[in-house]
Amino acid sequence: MSGLAESAAGAAARQSLWQRLDLKWAVIGVSVAIVAYFALVPLVFLFWQSFFTPQTATKAAEFTLDNYGKAYSSLETARLFINSLQFATGVAIFAFTVGTLLAWMNERTNTPFKALFFSLSIIPLVIPGILFVVAWIFLGSPKIGIINLVLQNWFGTKYVFVNVYSIWGMIWVEGLHYSPMAFLLMTAAFRSMDPAMEESAMMSGANILQVAWRITLKLSWPAIFATILILFVRSIESFEVPALLGLPVGIEVFTSSIYRAIHQYPSQIGLASSYAVTLLLITSVGVYFQSRLSSQGNKYSTMTGKGFRPRTIDLGRWRYAAAAVFFGYFLLIVVLPFLVLLWSSFQGFYSVPSMAALKNLTLDPYRFIFSYPTLAQSVWNSLILALGSATVIMLVTSVICWIVVKTKIPGRWLLDNLASLPMVFPGLVLGLSIMIFYLYFDVGVYGTIWIMFAAYITRFLPYGLRYNTTSMLQIHKELEESAQMSGASWATSFRRIILPLLKPGLLAGWIYIVIVSIRELAASILLYSPGTEVVSIVIWELWENGQYVELSALGVLFIIALFILVMLAQYVGKKFGIKEAR
Amino acid sequence: MLSVKALFTEYPNERGETVKAAQDVSFDVPEGKLFTLLGPSGCGKTTTLRSIAGLERPRSGEISIGERVVYSSGRNIFVAPNRRNFGMVFQSYAIWPHMSVFKNAAFPLEVASARVNRAEIDRKVMRVLGTVGLDHLASREATKLSGGQQQRLALARALTMEPKLLLLDEPLSNLDAKLRERMRFELKRLQRELRLTTVYVTHDQGEALALSHEIAVMNEGRIVQIGAPRDIYERPHNRFVADFVGSANFLEATVIGRDDRADIYQVQTAIGNLLAFAVEPLKPGDGVVISLRPEDTQLSAHRPDTLNAFEGVVEAKLFLGEFIEFQIKLGDMLMLARVHPSFSPQVGTKVYIGMNPEKCVAIPDDARHRKA
Ligand SMILES: Nc1ncnc2c1ncn2[C@@H]1O[C@H](COP(=O)(O)OP(=O)(O)O)[C@@H](O)[C@H]1O
Ligand SMILES: [Mg+2]
Repeated sequence: MSGLAESAAGAAARQSLWQRLDLKWAVIGVSVAIVAYFALVPLVFLFWQSFFTPQTATKAAEFTLDNYGKAYSSLETARLFINSLQFATGVAIFAFTVGTLLAWMNERTNTPFKALFFSLSIIPLVIPGILFVVAWIFLGSPKIGIINLVLQNWFGTKYVFVNVYSIWGMIWVEGLHYSPMAFLLMTAAFRSMDPAMEESAMMSGANILQVAWRITLKLSWPAIFATILILFVRSIESFEVPALLGLPVGIEVFTSSIYRAIHQYPSQIGLASSYAVTLLLITSVGVYFQSRLSSQGNKYSTMTGKGFRPRTIDLGRWRYAAAAVFFGYFLLIVVLPFLVLLWSSFQGFYSVPSMAALKNLTLDPYRFIFSYPTLAQSVWNSLILALGSATVIMLVTSVICWIVVKTKIPGRWLLDNLASLPMVFPGLVLGLSIMIFYLYFDVGVYGTIWIMFAAYITRFLPYGLRYNTTSMLQIHKELEESAQMSGASWATSFRRIILPLLKPGLLAGWIYIVIVSIRELAASILLYSPGTEVVSIVIWELWENGQYVELSALGVLFIIALFILVMLAQYVGKKFGIKEAR
Repeated sequence: MLSVKALFTEYPNERGETVKAAQDVSFDVPEGKLFTLLGPSGCGKTTTLRSIAGLERPRSGEISIGERVVYSSGRNIFVAPNRRNFGMVFQSYAIWPHMSVFKNAAFPLEVASARVNRAEIDRKVMRVLGTVGLDHLASREATKLSGGQQQRLALARALTMEPKLLLLDEPLSNLDAKLRERMRFELKRLQRELRLTTVYVTHDQGEALALSHEIAVMNEGRIVQIGAPRDIYERPHNRFVADFVGSANFLEATVIGRDDRADIYQVQTAIGNLLAFAVEPLKPGDGVVISLRPEDTQLSAHRPDTLNAFEGVVEAKLFLGEFIEFQIKLGDMLMLARVHPSFSPQVGTKVYIGMNPEKCVAIPDDARHRKA
């Protein structure tokens, strides 16, 4: 009797174990498959393509080393390489210097109007790269640039004071655009430092500059190095500035060359791929060193439990100078670009601000935009893509994170690395490899919105992973184990325990991905076709057509919409007590 | 030498309210003496120390060292911390991890406004490192030091600048118990030998009693008693000090009258009348609290023929190695007694507890004053 009951119970236990394992492995299997499909396959095809001739209707693809031969034998490529390095190094150093100075002023001094520094964390989200560049063309072009015209007027010369169509102009615009990122990274570094490190230097008799140089900066060295690397990688893979400022005057870098190789007739996919592979190698090295740095970065880590911020340094009268520096910067990065867009959005055709032009204010550009045939479609596409990819990414990465953080399954590090892999893809390279992949695998995706969906998922997978990892690490193992001890199956405990606990992180990551994918341009530009445009593509097309005032009107609306979205995100974040994961 | 007068320091907290961290703090430290700020965590010791250092700007008060005023709200003087020439050891030690041991200690000389030449720096730093016993590790990376060594290095760094005043913020609290005891002796020896005027902050009463020439006990931002270690321990002025410094039994009592001996009074308590000691004159009818340290009680199996002896029952006992702690039930009261392990009655047996009148300290009953 008792034996019977025992074996029945045993069978039940065995069965539920089976079910549990089954579902668990199915879910795990599917996520591995998804990640591998999205992150790995396009990469493989990119490599493959770089060794083949383009497939045409009459001729199949053939193996060749020509692409690399052509890419590496020409003097052109040497110039490309030098240009890219010069551009990326310049941007990294410039953005780092500006961002670090601001971070130091904000964290360590009593500069007035500090509340404004907060805006530095949202500007890069609110003003998309392409609009920033266009605004700076209005400001700094040699012919129509307002800055030149004003200065020429003042001094009564024809001398061209600033020219954004030059390598220095490119560095200036890109560097300004990335400086808030440097600001955020260095702020985090300064905050993690034990205030006593600097205070003890001060007690030793060191003055402000000696403390800043010999202690603050030297101690932040790992963070400095990591920040410069990130900035370097971001700028070598950036597309907008090289395309809009470099291409017209023949200053090419890798990204703009890839774009040009695709867009010439016949398009040189093989050549573009070999450039792309080279670029990928550079960014991989950068990302590798950066991740090495952040994993072993705790040699200098001086975090202490004490929550109080260090007392700020009294700059005395210099604090007005500091405030002036900050206001100047604020002018360059937000006020001027936005005002110039706003101005041009109320003009019938682009003209420089003047009394005469003031009389010509009109709402025509807005009327034009609202009746623009592809606008409604593109807004819809942008929204669908952003919401869809954010949702899929957050769900998939929550499972991946769970596997990586909570289980002991062998090979889980591989999953982690696979999902982080897209981090090294420049947007344009990603677009290229996905394009190649679906060109050869004709499953009806090419030319539809699905191909962009695939691109977005791949591109932003690492962001989702980062947000989820942060919150997953905070969930104690025992919370889940006690659910299991209470008799919950794996699926139930994942759904009822893990997901709800992850919710704040999920929400934060979701909103962030929505915002960044709405602004996506570099990957979309090789993948869109009529009917699948997104908003940033419409802006791009308007620029190509020379419809500057209409572009400005759309740009102004776009910025306002993004601003509302970001404010909403901040509000939600505050309400749910979400900690920033970036 | 150091003189702090009516110091008030406040912080804004996250909600924009002001936290009154140090209130009306005044004390003097004579040249070459070690002065301790003692109190529970959050009572404002660090704040007071940092105000002296110049790392916080007080709201009002005056701080001077010798003839030199470094802060005065009245005369609007504030000398920046890097110009005060005070050596400071932080609780976290704040050893710079990107420098060697030597570099850490040499830093104050390298940044000094009066240039010191290399040979001079070498000589001074090695001498100080020798004093704290780190000279053989001079070229080692600072991150490769143990906790105790880091503590010595922090001290060495504060000493190389030949400071007017040495400020120590819980310098031993991050060390393990054994090391802490050893460092106590060393700190005391160093301070006494170099005759450094020192302000020492700690929440550990043992440390304070062992090291100090004088102690200020702080509570909720205020100094509640200043005195020599023995005074503080044996003659607490109020219940907080008696409770915080060591442990104490408290008995509410009412004064009946004076005894023949000086400063001894007869008081009435819940367990009976007893004789108690008081510094301040008392008059009959005053409400007081009698504080008695557990180690100042005597337990015996037979009634002793001393005054202040009561009969009780052993309620519980704890064997703690060097002594045994007993809870003795006297009527409704529980008293703590600490005695040598040689006397060890069973739980439930009858014992007699004796209290030396000199050790029964009558202190004003703040609680009952407030109630009245
Ligand atoms: N930088 C600060 N900002 C706000 N409040 C502070 C700061 N430093 C200390 N406090 C507050 O002041 C009070 C006294 O703190 P502190 O002097 O550090 O105490 P102690 O050193 O005695 O533990 C505490 O309530 C503490 O929370
Ligand atoms: Mg403290």
